[in-house]
Amino acid sequence: MTRESTYERLNDVFRDVFDDEKIQICDETTSGDIEDWDSFEHINLVVAVEEEFHFKFPMGKVITMKNVGEMVDIIMEMGR
Amino acid sequence: MRELEYPFDAEFILKKKRALRKKLIAENGNMIEKRVAVLGGATTDDIVKILELFLLNYGIRPVFYESEFNRFYEDGMFQNIALENFKPDIIYIHTSIRNINENEFPVMKDDRAVAAQKINDVYLRFEELWKHLSETYNCPIIQNNFQLPFYRLMGNKDATDYRGKVNFISRLNIAFYDYADTHENFYIHDINYESASYGLEKWSDPFYWHMYKYDMSVHAIPYSTFNVANIIKSVFGKNKKVLNLDLDNTLWGGVIGDAGAESIEIGQETSLGQTYAEFQKYILAHKDLGVLLTVNSKNSEDTALQGFERPDSILKREDFISFKANWNSKAENLAETADELGLLPESFVFVDDNPAEREMIRQNFPEAAVVEMKDVEHYIGIIDKSGYFEVTELSREDGRRSEMYRENMLRNRARQSCENYEEYLVSLEMKAEIKSFVPIYMSRIAQLTNKSNQFNLTTRRYSQSELEKIAEDPLYVTLYGKLEDKFGDNGVVSVIIGHREKGDLHIDLWLMSCRVLKRDMEFAMMDELVHLCRENGIKKLRGYYYLTAKNSMVKSFYGLQGFTKVSEDLAGNSVWEYVIEPLYVNKNRVIKVNGGERQ
Repeated sequence: MTRESTYERLNDVFRDVFDDEKIQICDETTSGDIEDWDSFEHINLVVAVEEEFHFKFPMGKVITMKNVGEMVDIIMEMGR
Repeated sequence: MRELEYPFDAEFILKKKRALRKKLIAENGNMIEKRVAVLGGATTDDIVKILELFLLNYGIRPVFYESEFNRFYEDGMFQNIALENFKPDIIYIHTSIRNINENEFPVMKDDRAVAAQKINDVYLRFEELWKHLSETYNCPIIQNNFQLPFYRLMGNKDATDYRGKVNFISRLNIAFYDYADTHENFYIHDINYESASYGLEKWSDPFYWHMYKYDMSVHAIPYSTFNVANIIKSVFGKNKKVLNLDLDNTLWGGVIGDAGAESIEIGQETSLGQTYAEFQKYILAHKDLGVLLTVNSKNSEDTALQGFERPDSILKREDFISFKANWNSKAENLAETADELGLLPESFVFVDDNPAEREMIRQNFPEAAVVEMKDVEHYIGIIDKSGYFEVTELSREDGRRSEMYRENMLRNRARQSCENYEEYLVSLEMKAEIKSFVPIYMSRIAQLTNKSNQFNLTTRRYSQSELEKIAEDPLYVTLYGKLEDKFGDNGVVSVIIGHREKGDLHIDLWLMSCRVLKRDMEFAMMDELVHLCRENGIKKLRGYYYLTAKNSMVKSFYGLQGFTKVSEDLAGNSVWEYVIEPLYVNKNRVIKVNGGERQ
């Protein structure tokens, strides 16, 4: 799993969850950049990412994750 | 929509809920609006959003009131202008074991009396809330019971020791059930069963509570809200009514036409036969719930019947109200059966092991339910979890429904053989009992006031307790009408409620079940109403018609009864008057009323 292929799959998850085909994420993307990304949708995003990459975020990591780049780091480490 | 039918892909629903919502709203124009108040003891954001999808799929467009996080008690218990203005049609209290404080559970040093008191304290907090809600909002209430705790301090003994949490929750749940059992319009949403079925460990994964204040795993939300949606659609009369059943490899194993009746798999001889027998028992049990059983099979009728003549067949020919074993297409058979029963295909659940037949029914009747059958040992599980026949009220009438439809089919045949309509009505030898409300019929009367939509002049809904008060109040005049004929008893089919004001009677409610349309029962009701009013010195009747999406059939009903229209507004609502003259000629000539004492 390369960083690039992870991004590709993750971008699809974002598009599904926020129902917006125009979303293009990058390392610096944060919840401030996507209109519907509030604390409730964050939950759905986490659940959908877990589903796509077959792992579960430990609580500690969900709390400290600051942007999409860090999310990709965790996925690369724990997902498949 | 396939995506929202059981067995569904919960992850897909969670991920695609926005897109699904758009699609549902675009696809389904004809929906009823219902105002749903969700009073939550936890985060309810996704509960509301996913519940909305399932309701939309059932043709119910919900408008939501959602309490702030864990404000269910305050929102429900104290004056709440926002909720009063919202006027809920139904209230859903989403609580769980997380809403019992740690100090409300027994501790090891408590004696039995203290532990019992603790259960009672928690129970009373909820009971107080329910009572207040039902008095203030006068609408159905759905209450979660409690899931089991996710840990057991004493291990297995937690279940039996009065200080154990498992024991505490079990007793508390029983107290909830006793309330539900003795109160109308109050329903338990069984998260205890649901979490067991899903797997308690996954269902109550503490991650979701500590992280997001969800009292259940987010992954389980679709399963949970699906169950809530089933209760809601059942309360609003959207249950399915008919099981339309294939035979070969559905009700028994093998193809009877090829193998012969002696070789099909049914009965206690083989494990496969036992599995089909268990399924037949499950199907048969639906009869007592008022579900109509029908056969839709590609077989010759003679051959098909042989399957049910086997002594070890649980189901018998007479359990089916319609038996179509022929070589027509299954879509034709289903349409004909619907026609004979006077029902729409949307009331049907099609059960067939053959995916091609299922696909055909799906394409012809997208509004009918089609069960996604796999292996015979899972037939029951899939039908059961689909909630087609979710029971919210079970009246004595429900158990007789199959018989009633059979009688109706006989009536239809009798009508076809009569020269004119009045002759047909006379040939039915109808007898009616039309009297003031009595306690034994009160639950049926309440059911009618909450379910009748078409022949209903004002569509006012009453709870059983309201009806009981009205029955005792001398200001009110009440009548129920029960109709019987040579083919059978239709039970209570018509209700009138009026209140007196300055010597006039204002008719608050006049309804009749559509199962007795065109039997002149409405005239018999009018006759009795007039007689009763005369005995009570009432000189004038005032009738009201309030137009709804469903009751246009009675728009001119009062005119037909001899009332004069006093006014009509732009919305189509009208007011009518009828002056009771000293001489009154009975309008009904075909029904013998109250043993003929007033004929």
